[in-house]
Amino acid sequence: MLIGITLLVLTATTVGAAFVNLGPLNPVIALLIATIKATLVVLFFMHVKGASEKLTGAVVVSGFFFLAILLSLSLADYLTRSGR
Amino acid sequence: MPDSQATTQVSTLEHEAHNPALVHQFADAQQQKDAASLGMWLFLVTEIMFFGGMFCAYLIYRLMYFNAFAAGSQQLNIGLGAFNTAVLIVSSVTVVLAVKAAEAGKRKLLVAYLVVTVLLGLTFLVVKGFEYREKFEKHHVPGSTFQFTDTFDDNGKKIPVDPKEAELFFSLYFAMTGMHALHMIIGCGLFTGLAILAWRGHYTPGYFTPIENGGLYWHLVDIIWIYLFPLLYLISRHS
Repeated sequence: MLIGITLLVLTATTVGAAFVNLGPLNPVIALLIATIKATLVVLFFMHVKGASEKLTGAVVVSGFFFLAILLSLSLADYLTRSGR
Repeated sequence: MPDSQATTQVSTLEHEAHNPALVHQFADAQQQKDAASLGMWLFLVTEIMFFGGMFCAYLIYRLMYFNAFAAGSQQLNIGLGAFNTAVLIVSSVTVVLAVKAAEAGKRKLLVAYLVVTVLLGLTFLVVKGFEYREKFEKHHVPGSTFQFTDTFDDNGKKIPVDPKEAELFFSLYFAMTGMHALHMIIGCGLFTGLAILAWRGHYTPGYFTPIENGGLYWHLVDIIWIYLFPLLYLISRHS
């Protein structure tokens, strides 16, 4: 319940922050808040924190690890191409 | 999976101490539950990669055609998007409460929370439908009728936009939100089924794994929206 209220407050915060001009910080803050919210949902709503099976945690981490590889290597390619 | 036929075939003495929902390949109920949860998580990881591909495409095209993506993003309705975010978060809370009710063996409470979750999911879809209608009316749906006129930023400065690039933004918008909406529709169907089975007393404090795993699916769909909302609606307000 407390986590749910925190999530709603964070949603209001991220909407509010979007209307304030922070320059390049706007996307950073929005994604940071989204990541905090996602982490709260994974750890508490999805019971990864305190899961009896340790392997579950490893699977979750590996999922996001491979997502990070997908995003970082793709961007490493597109951001360093010459003659764009 | 309560395998009552197999249970009756084996000597009842051996099974007296057993949970009727426990199937034979598992040592105990905890192991069975952990295995089901792990399997569900493996599925969710494939979902993360599935949506990850679309997120990756969105990030790359946003970097390539930044102005068009900013202009396209500013056409989206932040109010409806924020409302839907709140709806999904509340629905995730009701899912948590449903799992708790199942754990405590409160059948009617469990059904109530499952039904509320489905109603919140349908609310999300209806609001999404109104957003899509607005896109059709503005001719922002990719295709032969697509139109995108020059837009202006908050300071009244004209943003030069190639309609082809804006069309790409809306293609990704419809692909990502459409795929998410499809997951919501599947989730609503899933939870309706769970509610019916819960009403029939299918779940006990000793066996409610489908409620838990259905909840995991629902939370994941919520998480995807938690990222879609800022990426599509919010981060290009100021550019």
